[in-house]
Amino acid sequence: MTERSINWFRFSSPQTFYPLAGKMVPWFAAAAAILAAIGLYVGFFVAPTDFQQGEAYRIIFVHVPASWMSMFIYLVMAGWAAVGLALNSRLSGMMASALAPTGAMFAFLSLWTGALWGRPTWGTYWVWDARLTSELVLFFLYLGFMALQAAIDDPRRADKAGAVLALVGVVNIPIIYFSVKWWNTLHQGASVSLARAPTMATIMFTGMIVMVLAFWMYSIAVSLARVRAIILERERHAAWAQALAGAAA
Amino acid sequence: MSWGSAAEFFAMGGYAPFVWGSFAVVALCLIVEPLVVRARHRNALRRLKQVQRAAQGMQREAAV
Repeated sequence: MTERSINWFRFSSPQTFYPLAGKMVPWFAAAAAILAAIGLYVGFFVAPTDFQQGEAYRIIFVHVPASWMSMFIYLVMAGWAAVGLALNSRLSGMMASALAPTGAMFAFLSLWTGALWGRPTWGTYWVWDARLTSELVLFFLYLGFMALQAAIDDPRRADKAGAVLALVGVVNIPIIYFSVKWWNTLHQGASVSLARAPTMATIMFTGMIVMVLAFWMYSIAVSLARVRAIILERERHAAWAQALAGAAA
Repeated sequence: MSWGSAAEFFAMGGYAPFVWGSFAVVALCLIVEPLVVRARHRNALRRLKQVQRAAQGMQREAAV
């Protein structure tokens, strides 16, 4: 090992991560705002009207990013939970707790915007088809994770119990993702896939991807901000946190 | 651009309740969540100061 190599474990201490996260939040928040402005402009003023769905299709500019983030955040949350179980690092559990509310919000937004898109397009707000039901299960998994953590007083034990729940729930993610292939669902198949070109107009696809990036940056910013609050809540008896409060007073 | 006027834009081809109902709720959530997080952070700082003051009070009593 050379002397220049970075000791990444140093950042796994809440004390060093707290100011680092504080420096990162404004950058990710600014990126989210700029990308959202571009994405909304493309979505509303550049992308043309869909010849089948009319203007209702514009809902996908928020529906698809919200749905993707709800699944992706779950994977990241479960990843941190697994790291926490394996290495017993304090910060991992805090990261998992910080991601859950944002993930739950995106799962809710996915269902909400999906319902408002489904009504004019399918003629119904809700059907119990595989895609919609598994996304609803994802929403409940997030709520269950948060409720379980809130019910246990000792944060380290809450982390462990939550981690087990989060890891068991991971099985739901491929079910959501492949549901439109495995079952005959009312929800349409994937418009975007790594294996082939997207089955939508390039400009619509561009607007959607920019919105996905905006939501991604937003998620990073808000969960880093939340993990800072969680660090202070849990470390309030630590000397460094006391010094920080003294400096802020 | 597919809009002749502002009214046409807001009408969204007759799908206004669905389109704006989606975007409004998304916007509301993405604005409120950071505010909630900021309030949580401030609360955490306030509690830290309380813990600190309590500790200082105990030190002073011990000195007396």
